[in-house]
Amino acid sequence: MSKILATIAQRLGLGLVTLFVVTLIIAGMIEALPGDFCQAILGQSATESTVQACRRENGFDQPFVTRYVTWLGNTATLDLGTSLSNKRDVGEFITVRLENTLFLAAFAAIVAVPLALTLGILAALYRYSWYDRFVNVFTLTSISFPEFLVGYIMILLLSVMTSTLEGGSWFPALATVRPETSFADRVHLVFLPAMTLTLVVVAHMMRMTRAAIINLLASPYIEMARLKGIKNSRIIVKHALPNALAPIVNVVAINLAYLIVGVVVVEVVFTYPGLGKSLVDAVKFRDIPVVQASCMIFALTYILLNLTADVLSIVSNPRLLHPR
Amino acid sequence: MSDKNRGQKGDVLLEMKGLRIEGRADEEWIEIVHGVDVTLRRGEVLGLIGESGAGKSTIGLAAMGYARDGCRISGGEIWFDGKELRSASEDERRALRGRRIAYVAQSAAASFNPAHKLIDQYCESPVQHGVSSRAAAEKDAKDLFRRLQLPNPDTIGFRYPHQVSGGQLQRAMTAMAMSCRPDLIIFDEPTTALDVTTQIEVLAAIRDIVEQFNTAAIYITHDLAVVAQMADTIKVLRYGNTVEEGDTRAMLSAPKEKYTSDLLAVRTYKRDERPRPEAEQPLLQVRGVDASYGPVPVLHNVSIDIYKKRTVAVVGESGSGKSTTARVITGLLPPKNGDVTYAGQTLPPDYRQRSKDQLRKLQMIYQMPDTALNPKSRIRDVIGRPANFYLGYSGKQLTERVRELLRLVELEPDQYMNRLTTELSGGQKQRICIARALAADPELIICDEVTSALDQLVAEEILKLLQRMQDELDLSYMFITHDLATVRAIADEVVVMQSGRVVESGPKEEMFTPPHHDYTDLLLSSVPEMDPDWLDRLLEERAELAKQGRVLKAADN
Repeated sequence: MSKILATIAQRLGLGLVTLFVVTLIIAGMIEALPGDFCQAILGQSATESTVQACRRENGFDQPFVTRYVTWLGNTATLDLGTSLSNKRDVGEFITVRLENTLFLAAFAAIVAVPLALTLGILAALYRYSWYDRFVNVFTLTSISFPEFLVGYIMILLLSVMTSTLEGGSWFPALATVRPETSFADRVHLVFLPAMTLTLVVVAHMMRMTRAAIINLLASPYIEMARLKGIKNSRIIVKHALPNALAPIVNVVAINLAYLIVGVVVVEVVFTYPGLGKSLVDAVKFRDIPVVQASCMIFALTYILLNLTADVLSIVSNPRLLHPR
Repeated sequence: MSDKNRGQKGDVLLEMKGLRIEGRADEEWIEIVHGVDVTLRRGEVLGLIGESGAGKSTIGLAAMGYARDGCRISGGEIWFDGKELRSASEDERRALRGRRIAYVAQSAAASFNPAHKLIDQYCESPVQHGVSSRAAAEKDAKDLFRRLQLPNPDTIGFRYPHQVSGGQLQRAMTAMAMSCRPDLIIFDEPTTALDVTTQIEVLAAIRDIVEQFNTAAIYITHDLAVVAQMADTIKVLRYGNTVEEGDTRAMLSAPKEKYTSDLLAVRTYKRDERPRPEAEQPLLQVRGVDASYGPVPVLHNVSIDIYKKRTVAVVGESGSGKSTTARVITGLLPPKNGDVTYAGQTLPPDYRQRSKDQLRKLQMIYQMPDTALNPKSRIRDVIGRPANFYLGYSGKQLTERVRELLRLVELEPDQYMNRLTTELSGGQKQRICIARALAADPELIICDEVTSALDQLVAEEILKLLQRMQDELDLSYMFITHDLATVRAIADEVVVMQSGRVVESGPKEEMFTPPHHDYTDLLLSSVPEMDPDWLDRLLEERAELAKQGRVLKAADN
């Protein structure tokens, strides 16, 4: 137990260091962006003096270090600032967007993770069979297409081609949810983007599950189980899977992080009001506080999910959980 | 336990006729077992003996109708209690495995699943085969653990494999094989991975339990002395053929085939001890060394002297600090206290601070020639590199030196110079490792278990080669080993180590003559002898000593 706590403490500490480095990178990248909010919002016809006035108003005339330190201090106290474009509190605005993104990610994860594990275990059990080859080819194909293409194909197949003259279709092509949308409607609206994400992440997790299990099948303890007359399916699930958990958990964590962080393209394709879409919009308008807040949330997601994966790896390993 | 009709002692239980097994090499199937017959009666123990590649394990597994990946049973019949296993369905064979034929593997540490408690693994066979309920199986497990003299039999099952020592695990695995009270158990080198001191208890436990339940067994090993204690009949195998088969006592006293007598003679090579030179300074002196891995202390006040042209054998069980001492001497592990002197000069503790010449004079040969040689290197480069690095040979001169070294280790230069290291047998690889050490023109060679990964006949040739090198090149050896036959063969002096301390040291003859420190006695008396009564006698002697208050028993038993 103390081992786990020590690991968590250590990783959290390292996570803070990582976050700090990330803030430097974010600030540097924003600094490197051509143009600023004032130019973007006032347009090309604005005079030099109005742009200057706008900059002064928003504090852009301060030196880089001053701005960075101020931002760092505010972020540390969870004050994310005010959006430049709509003058709303970034914390409030981002929370709504984050909820949407998490809803989409959770939906995709609930479908993708069990599906990938099941497909992977079955592929290991019937390895080199037609089933195994089909699953491999199918998942590899789906991961090889760019996400937006998979998204558009989904729209074509499940929305456009199923639409009727009355204007109805199986699933809507645009996932425009509002805060007041009911849960059932949300599920229906988000179905296509969630399936797109599922197709993208299943391959990786499924192949790692298959490989991790097959890798163990040459172990002496698997041979021992065979020589004890244990059924093949039980050997895979009871003898191989528990020992394969560590690599599988790590891949699942990376893919879950991707579901949250990597949704940008999918959210844009389906015009879904999530964090990714807001990031794209914010970059377009140079709405710096929103860009900064979104990036920090993405970084935090990666750090926390990897920490979870490390802890789960320890919990799944009796050598670490029950020392001699 | 359902005691089904077990038949009479003496009925034929297993009969394999003309068994042929093939293994896949590249794209081809190559026959590795060429028509072997095996007959085993109820309650009988058959010893299968031979060197690696003889097909012992493959034949043992075939008795369960099982072939490893990359192998297939290609001919013959396997009759088990009236059923032919080759023509049986996979489900029928699976129903027999674990329930009527059980298997005990060489390394219990690798063959227990690390993710499950011992008792869960014990109960799996009886529950899955429907022989008994989980509760009954658990109760039975504790009973068997007690009979096998495992410590804390009621609770040891609730530990994970990594929490239990090697000797205990091996007995737990024997208990697991017994869980369904099978008619036949295949023991595949069950004590090879254990220290000699631990081996005794496991051998005794296996023998008792097999007798108690009147189980038939196939006992596979490369060690004739071990099989002599266990088997009623012995079958000697070589290259997948039967060499000789017969009653254990008869075969040991009068082997019919030359190969069998070679195997029997293998432990008799012995060189006389040479007296320690008077008033000579030791070549290498380890003085009061303490060392630790991180915070864990492993060596306590270790002192060893090695004289010129002498062989010092360092013996002890695994974990006694033998190899760590070598790491201190070579400078891989700087000591906490104490120092190492060479020809009167103190060596820097870290190899990085030693001069090229200091490094050159001390060379090492390792236990596993497979892992000590880069698989992508050619032999000329393996041997040539130290000759070039230390002595500056190059070009034609270097080639000539490599040829000379190869001839020295009895390998034909033209045939071997340009081969990859993977294209050699185990014994040949070890010869290359010896040549590599000699290429530096050393004065002292540390040999770390150099023969324990080799078959016994090959090991003996390597020992003789090392001896010849010593005579010709005036070398000193520090010989790390756990095998006392090796010590008897080549040592002048013996150092006995236990838990990081030197418990006794002295000239060889003295060390092999009682009385001794308890630990030395334990170590010496635990080495199996060819005499089939050796184990009984030893156990009796130890029981007798225990009455007098001297308990000779390995620490983890």
